[in-house]
Amino acid sequence: MGKKLLIHNDKVPNIHTLEVYRAHGGYASVEKALKTMTPDQIIDEVKKSGLRGRGGAGFPTGLKWSFLAKPPGVERYLVCNADESEPGTFKDRYLMEVIPHALIEGMITSSYALGAKTSYIYIRGEYFYVARILEAAIKEAYAAGWLGKNILGTDFSHDCYVQVGGGAYICGEETGLLESLEGKRGNPRIKPPFPAVAGLWGCPTVVNNVETIAAVVPIVNEGGEAYAKIGIGKSTGTKLISASGHINKPGTYEIELGIPVEEFIYSDEYCGGIRNGKKMKAVVAGGSSVPILPTELILKTAKGEPRLMTYESLADGGFQTGTMLGSGGFIVMDEDTSIVKNLFTFTRFYHHESCGQCSPCREGTGWMEKILKKFMNGTANESDVELLWDIQSKIEGKTICPLGEAAAWPVAAAIRHFKHEFLEIARNKKFVDVSHYNRLNKVTA
Amino acid sequence: MGAEVHGTQEFDKKKRAEIKFSDAAMAEVNEIISHYPTEKIKSSLLPVLHIAQAEFGGWLSPETMDYVASVLKIKPIEVFEVASFYTMYHLKPVGKCVFEVCQTSSCWLNGAEDIVKYIEKKLNIKVGETTRDGMFTLKTAECLGSCGTAPMLQCGASYHENLTYAKVDSLIEKYKNENRLRSYTDKDYQNTL
Repeated sequence: MGKKLLIHNDKVPNIHTLEVYRAHGGYASVEKALKTMTPDQIIDEVKKSGLRGRGGAGFPTGLKWSFLAKPPGVERYLVCNADESEPGTFKDRYLMEVIPHALIEGMITSSYALGAKTSYIYIRGEYFYVARILEAAIKEAYAAGWLGKNILGTDFSHDCYVQVGGGAYICGEETGLLESLEGKRGNPRIKPPFPAVAGLWGCPTVVNNVETIAAVVPIVNEGGEAYAKIGIGKSTGTKLISASGHINKPGTYEIELGIPVEEFIYSDEYCGGIRNGKKMKAVVAGGSSVPILPTELILKTAKGEPRLMTYESLADGGFQTGTMLGSGGFIVMDEDTSIVKNLFTFTRFYHHESCGQCSPCREGTGWMEKILKKFMNGTANESDVELLWDIQSKIEGKTICPLGEAAAWPVAAAIRHFKHEFLEIARNKKFVDVSHYNRLNKVTA
Repeated sequence: MGAEVHGTQEFDKKKRAEIKFSDAAMAEVNEIISHYPTEKIKSSLLPVLHIAQAEFGGWLSPETMDYVASVLKIKPIEVFEVASFYTMYHLKPVGKCVFEVCQTSSCWLNGAEDIVKYIEKKLNIKVGETTRDGMFTLKTAECLGSCGTAPMLQCGASYHENLTYAKVDSLIEKYKNENRLRSYTDKDYQNTL
């Protein structure tokens, strides 16, 4: 069993209540931080821990925190990104639903480190019921004095609020999120200025993912060095992985960074292997945006080394033969799956979610969806593969926010590794959905 | 605010005059407003729109949006541009129960298309349509963060996961019997995690 720091108590009955959470050591990091540490000491521990943003980008959290501007007399804010919308990702939902206080505790400790008197948890609107759970936890925390004025008798006061969104993937992009939190359309802002200088209402703001903020709790409790001892190289600590697709045991798993991909997929501790005795065909390892890899490349790097669940190992070989850890949205596909059809669902998603600000993304995502639809109804030509390649290459790097890349990369990777599937459909003028029988079996069970 | 903002939808002054939050809803709205600095009241727009949608028939009519603008002291166009951006706000009337079936990758891999077809046949409507009795609207949705429990549909605040035809049958039966508006703001969500 690997070490768990975030969801080790997820099976404890009533762990969502303050009483049970506290009985299992909850809120110790707030006590330690407020009574024995200065804000800068906490930032140092986070830097030492090597913690990297768990939303997908993997940017070092301590460094992000150190960029926060601190002009005198100006409010600073901590905003939690709970807009989890990357297809394949549901780990934050699990954490918030099962152990809401783990996030609240992280919010308080992190806000103390950043000097934020107010923090907001921006949660996707579809997770409305999870927002209710968080609000109930916040209410308990206020009643017990963990939130509000003069926490633990110190001069640190803090208010934490939840805001629900309205349903838009783009609000997971931090500046789109801030726009939405200000009550506007979620159109991402041009950077710079970065939120650390001008974020919420123009004030210095740190935006962190749910899991990142929750990870600050064990880092403060046990020290940054202890956290950094878990994992390999620059991939320190533990990571929540959302596992889905054709596996025996879909769900949220906390892994020590560095375990082999093969172990994660086939061991009974995690995914438990491929369903129905099928063989694996491909994996999307870090949410829909990251390049899909065929079995041979997800299990081993191009050099023949075992692929590990780390930022570096998954990226080994660049996009030619590698991928990214991303958000940890791990989608496994069996041998019968049509890669083209799966890509169609991704591209339809990005077209639906493009905010429309930048022409390459607004027009490109719709165009790619239209072409992929031709593959679905058997009217595509071989030249459409080249056209798809051409369009995706003209979106990447030409948009305000990374949604452009997110939409382009899956198209590029599917063509790079599974071009024959596109050509077969185009040549036969027919799309055969081999996996339909299996899916039908599942829903008629 | 009028026809030029809302295309073909007429603005009904009489209807507008009748729109007012109940005391309970107004208390919730005031609680939300208190989360932000006074001069940043516009920040409360998204959550307040959810309350308005639940309060006034499950959708946001031009009159409702005009009312929300007056409560938050912002321009009606500021409400409309937000309401039209986000997928959870319905700008046309919908049924009491809106089924939103997730169709992205993991849900597709697990039979979402068959679930959609089954509901279409059972309710005798196509995606985007509402049953004649005004009970059900069927929609498809993009990834709702339920990939490990696919296929799934959302109805109001509730996530219905690991769907089968049998589960869909009992869900429709249950909702028909209850015969009430299901909103994202419902507090009696069914937690199926």
